[in-house]
Amino acid sequence: MGVATSCRKPLRLITGLALVAVAGGALAAVVDMPGGPSVRQINLTAPVTIIASQIYDLHLVMLAICAVIFCAVFGVMFYSVYAHRKSKGHKAATFHESTSVEIAWTIVPMIIVIVMAGLATKTVLAMKDTSNSDLTIKATGHQWKWGYDYIKGEGEGISFYSTLATPREQIDGLAEKGVNYMLEVDNEVVVPVGKKVRILTTANDVIHAWMIPAFGVKQDAIPGFIRDTWFKADKIGTYRGQCAELCGKEHGFMPIVVSVKSEADYSKWVGEQKKLMAAKMDDPNKQWTQPELIARGEKVYAAACVACHQATGKGMPPAFPPLDGSKVVTGPKDNQVALLLNGRQGTAMASFKSLSDAELAAVITYTRNSWTNKAGDMISPADIKSARGWDSAKLTQLSAKAP
Amino acid sequence: MSAVLDSHGHAHDHEDHHHGPPAGLMRWVKTTNHKDIGTLYLWFSFMMLLTGGVLALGIRAELFRPGLQYWNPEFFNQLTTMHGLIMVFGAIMPAFVGFANWMIPLQIGAPDMAFARMNNWSFWLLVPAAGLLVASFFVPGGATAAGWTLYAPLSTQMGIGMDMGIFAMHIMGASSIMGSINIITTILNMRAPGMTLMKMPMFCWTWLITAYLLIAVMPVLAGAITMLLTDRHFGTSFFNAAGGGDPVMYQHIFWFFGHPEVYIMILPAFGIISHVVPAFARKQLFGYASMVYATSSIAILSFIVWAHHMFTTGMPAAGQLFFMYATMLIAVPTGVKVFNWIATMWRGSMTFETPMLFAVGFIFVFTMGGFTGLILAVTPVDIQLQDTYYVVAHFHYVLVAGSLFAMFSGVYFWLPKWTGHMYDEGLGKLHFWCSMIFFNITFFPMHFLGLAGMPRRIPDYATQFADFNAVASVGAFGFGLSQLILLVVVLKSIKGGAKAADNPWEGAEGLEWSVPSPAPYHTFETAPHVK
Repeated sequence: MGVATSCRKPLRLITGLALVAVAGGALAAVVDMPGGPSVRQINLTAPVTIIASQIYDLHLVMLAICAVIFCAVFGVMFYSVYAHRKSKGHKAATFHESTSVEIAWTIVPMIIVIVMAGLATKTVLAMKDTSNSDLTIKATGHQWKWGYDYIKGEGEGISFYSTLATPREQIDGLAEKGVNYMLEVDNEVVVPVGKKVRILTTANDVIHAWMIPAFGVKQDAIPGFIRDTWFKADKIGTYRGQCAELCGKEHGFMPIVVSVKSEADYSKWVGEQKKLMAAKMDDPNKQWTQPELIARGEKVYAAACVACHQATGKGMPPAFPPLDGSKVVTGPKDNQVALLLNGRQGTAMASFKSLSDAELAAVITYTRNSWTNKAGDMISPADIKSARGWDSAKLTQLSAKAP
Repeated sequence: MSAVLDSHGHAHDHEDHHHGPPAGLMRWVKTTNHKDIGTLYLWFSFMMLLTGGVLALGIRAELFRPGLQYWNPEFFNQLTTMHGLIMVFGAIMPAFVGFANWMIPLQIGAPDMAFARMNNWSFWLLVPAAGLLVASFFVPGGATAAGWTLYAPLSTQMGIGMDMGIFAMHIMGASSIMGSINIITTILNMRAPGMTLMKMPMFCWTWLITAYLLIAVMPVLAGAITMLLTDRHFGTSFFNAAGGGDPVMYQHIFWFFGHPEVYIMILPAFGIISHVVPAFARKQLFGYASMVYATSSIAILSFIVWAHHMFTTGMPAAGQLFFMYATMLIAVPTGVKVFNWIATMWRGSMTFETPMLFAVGFIFVFTMGGFTGLILAVTPVDIQLQDTYYVVAHFHYVLVAGSLFAMFSGVYFWLPKWTGHMYDEGLGKLHFWCSMIFFNITFFPMHFLGLAGMPRRIPDYATQFADFNAVASVGAFGFGLSQLILLVVVLKSIKGGAKAADNPWEGAEGLEWSVPSPAPYHTFETAPHVK
């Protein structure tokens, strides 16, 4: 049975299947995502920074060199496959080993790869140069959201979390998926156009990675360490990426969106943020009632706890234990307060001391009085405030003792 | 390479004092025969290939469309992790050890492997290890979902499935080390008189170097996962910054194992191709000595490139430049190999039976994986493509179209020697064309997805990525089903078929073709002489 006859049938079947698949996908009439991937994009994302455009060009040059070598090498091979067949009566030659040929095909590729690496060296050095930045932002990876702190430059002091904004119904296929599906957030990182922005990355729990393809930036965010990278966006617009290092269950659901604004718009945004932050601060003298705390706590729970402990409070044992019926949640208050402030070593439970007194008080009160938990009590922001004064030995002891 | 049999002195018959294998299950449990153990390894790895393949199809089913369809994200991560672990440690590595067991004694004219009982033990260790891996899906919390690289500190968060995975890998590592010691000892001490190292068949050469790599790096992996285990349960902080450790140190240790591991999975494949191409081109391998030197260079270089897997962790510019240059150098000896195969084909007298189809297919598609490897070696481009589908495409081009296709080539090449029957050539060719076409439908679009920025290991993705994902999923199911053709071919050849001659291939050379087909239970009890 010849090659030609034995392959004809499967070929037809395969092309048919491929066409069906492509046609099926195209029916949904998806359009390009601004600042994100295009439909059936086949090359790197259009660059908006000098580094990204150097990478774009480097990749094309590499691809071209490889394509030329590929055609030359496999031109020879397939000519040989075509011409030097026994079925054509070709008799085997007996030559083997040729020092000059072998030296040539060692030296020439060596020169080619050194040229290739040489081309890239300048970009490697440029990517590493994070000096003289106009604005420094710290990006902290959390399971599973990003926290941003504006550390230096205009907007210093702004701080917020950024979580996936795609509604659950779209993920579950109950609603039509939007154009920015999976790559949209509630709070975008805002930066000014044409300014050098230094991004410090770190993480709260496991390794994450902060990436924006249009900027040519990808930097791991490592718990306990600070790394940095930089970009200078040349074009106003919104640019999208997502966490690039496997970080657990919701790894695919922590996008990164950067909005590049004109300098004036950026200053306006900074002003708004400052006002918002001031307004958001809870009045320290407010006297909270238990229903108020529970209502507030439900919101905090939905933002900070639900990914692991689930809306049902059932968790996902064994890594993420249930809160419903938990001895910690139904036991003495101090243990639960200490656990939230301190986290628990060696488990996925991180410290949540970055939440405000009111938020912590609310979420603790909420968990103690939800599902089947009926503690009936409440924790006031003042309790949290005083607990923050506990020394680390007491915190560790209480949080570890919590059964 | 000219292992020509000297026909004097050893031509006594095989029948009079030989006994066959004992019957029943205990034959396989207690066997110390290299051919039986080789067969066990090959069947074991084929079953693991199917297991890992089913997991892969679970991944591709979920990714057929955007949105969450079948699995929750946690289980999806378990699928990607266990697919990787099972394919690397359960399918590819044991399969090559199976080839080594069958072919090395036959190729060097030895009666068996040097340590026959240890050989039995190194196979049977694999079975509980595989059991642990598969069983970990059913324990509370499920299998480990930290990716096959098991990066800390994510891997310290997992449930008991992670500990089972660690234990399984310890066992598999012990098995690999025992296998390697056996292979090295056999090759260095048991070659037939006259077979100097530089006359030794290429497959033995590549395995000799691979075995040294295994002995060098398996203990490194064992160290890394043991530190993980003590971090998880005994309060150490090797990879926990809060206790003075460093999560990135795990990656350095892991990839110091992981990069040589890549060559452990491809060097024996190079060896197989270096037998098949000359046999079907009816022409001597073009540069035997340079092939040996190229293999050695690749092995040595593999120890100084590990951090190219870690360009985005943020190492100093000097580190990035060093690892970029070192990595690109590997292209040189790899190129030498490809040029050698093509020079062997050049002006040969070629026929294209299934082993040759897979060999030519290997050279063509593996080289594409080599080119994407070269592109990924360029640090700035790598930073853009790290952890995207481009990397997934790259390593499947070198591991599936590389290692796996070479093994298919080897199976068809030596199957007549193993079973005594020719395989069904029509089905073999069908297997090749289906594998080749579906492989490319599955993995070629992944280059585009990666360039467009789709990260790996995500269960749901932007709708703009949908079309290429759908194509890849269709290809994956086609590729998976195509492998059942191989099963049919092998079973048919075991049951019957045209009787295979001692040397069924016109151009094949080597001692293995001097013994009858199927190879008798005991071969070369008197060493042959090699001129």
